[in-house]
Amino acid sequence: MKKLLVLGAGTAGTMVVNKLRHRLDADEWQITVVDQNPTHYYQPGFLFIPFGMYGRHDVVKPKRDFIPPGVEMIQAEIEEIEADNNRVKIEGDRWLDYDFLVIATGTHIAPDETPGLEALGDEGPDNVHTFYTLEGAMKLEKRLRTFRGGNLVMHITEMPFKCPVAPLEFIFLADWWLQEQGLREDTNLTFVTPLPGAFTKPVASKALGGMLEEKKIELYADFNIERVDLDANKIVAYSEEEVDYDLLVTVPLNMGAAVVGRSGLGDELNYVPVDKHTFLSNQHDNIFALGDAAALPTSKAGSVAHFAVELWTENFLRFIDGLEMLEHFDGHANCYIESGHGKGLLIDFNYDTEPLPGKYPLPGIGPFSLLEETEMNHWGKLMFRWMYWNILLKGKEMPVPALMSMAGKWSAG
Amino acid sequence: MATELIGGVEIHVDEEGFMTDPGEWNEELAPALAKEIGIDELTDGHWKVIRFLRDDFAKEGQTATLRRVSTMANVPTKDLYQLFPKKPAKKMSYIAGLKKPVGCV
Ligand SMILES: Cc1cc2nc3c(=O)[nH]c(=O)nc-3n(C[C@H](O)[C@H](O)[C@H](O)COP(=O)(O)OP(=O)(O)OC[C@H]3O[C@@H](n4cnc5c(N)ncnc54)[C@H](O)[C@@H]3O)c2cc1C
Repeated sequence: MKKLLVLGAGTAGTMVVNKLRHRLDADEWQITVVDQNPTHYYQPGFLFIPFGMYGRHDVVKPKRDFIPPGVEMIQAEIEEIEADNNRVKIEGDRWLDYDFLVIATGTHIAPDETPGLEALGDEGPDNVHTFYTLEGAMKLEKRLRTFRGGNLVMHITEMPFKCPVAPLEFIFLADWWLQEQGLREDTNLTFVTPLPGAFTKPVASKALGGMLEEKKIELYADFNIERVDLDANKIVAYSEEEVDYDLLVTVPLNMGAAVVGRSGLGDELNYVPVDKHTFLSNQHDNIFALGDAAALPTSKAGSVAHFAVELWTENFLRFIDGLEMLEHFDGHANCYIESGHGKGLLIDFNYDTEPLPGKYPLPGIGPFSLLEETEMNHWGKLMFRWMYWNILLKGKEMPVPALMSMAGKWSAG
Repeated sequence: MATELIGGVEIHVDEEGFMTDPGEWNEELAPALAKEIGIDELTDGHWKVIRFLRDDFAKEGQTATLRRVSTMANVPTKDLYQLFPKKPAKKMSYIAGLKKPVGCV
């Protein structure tokens, strides 16, 4: 019996076991997946919670509902990966051996890494928040209900972090929500980022920067935070620049699972260095990393995980038969960006091509418009939740191609 | 591609002045590059960072970020800001003859 062990049953790990269970002979292959948390979170939904658009029940379901028959699911903390001995230690002093290992332990926020943010949690100050966890998003929703104006600051600690467009979406939605509440006139909105502009890639950065301006949201770029001064209500950069806040919403430092670092498999942020086309570990030829856990020069996003798992599955089936891995992942990412007022944008890009304007997924037709605000794009984002639970996680075919296409796009010119 | 004369040596640079051929760099060039951006003297602290960047680039094929330098070379970010004031990521890679670290997506 050959053993495939998957660490983490989040977006990527769940897709992997669903895709592979019916492709690998059950008499020959045992598939096991380990996760410490019984709940699956639809993380993109966290964005809508602070504004009361979604509630808890919209974003949680039991993980077990998405694990197919024939896959063993173990609920336990993963404590150590002993790659040289092909085994993994989990809670309760149990060891699991494997022939092939998939690391899909994702990334999580690490507020402790920034002085002043340690208290971000239950007992934290009432004007410092994050929506990057369900609890955080719910706490922020409660706080917004008593918000009466002032300096609302959306802040990003450091690159990379998952869903790099989420903070922009948050501030666009905040702008809209404040207008609805009649509070926009009394609120200064500021977007603070370590990047040199609104986004990483030039064309999108320009378009999104333009939208910030249009919505009278101040952009504070190149801000590399050192600490939060909780007494003076300001964030302080290493360069000694400061930004005052009345309400701070932050994306704390994102880090891969500590067990990856502890086991000597991670980089400086506990992400697993892998081949950027095949996801095979640089160190071990029976270990792959998929989803946010991998150190890849593309966005950490569910859509990326989805495209990656699709191509990887075919490759893995070749790999175990001793064939060369073929299909080459191109870093394809595809993100809806909520822009408020029932509208949204869509961006589509990969390792080599930055987000460009055009139509998606059908060239010239759409129905979605790239890098342009439309109502259709907003519906795309809302529809995505249904697709996530019902198609994507279960490993069924999505109606979009895994590799990026240049058809329907206008070049940067 | 543009070239520039630094410390009497001709080097290839991109539009922001970063060297494009890591092979054209050597340790003698570093003080001259540093002067270009207002760092008059390279101390041991500077050299520790520059040498780490060069070694790491040789292994990884890309320029280390501030986070990577602080964890792997044990130089706190605060110190990096003192050594290479205001824009440490850009300045350290400029002096080490490397491209600036890519702001990941
Ligand atoms: C606010 C927000 C908005 C987002 N919006 C979008 C969006 O619009 N579009 C998009 O494509 N993506 C979006 N994302 C990103 C998307 O949710 C993630 O990229 C995706 O879920 C990554 O999947 P993953 O499987 O790599 O990690 P996850 O789904 O996070 O799964 C990791 C799993 O590993 C488990 N695990 C970790 N360590 C251990 C351990 N030591 N022991 C046991 N189990 C462990 C965890 O419990 C978890 O279940 C958003 C994320 C956030 C936070």
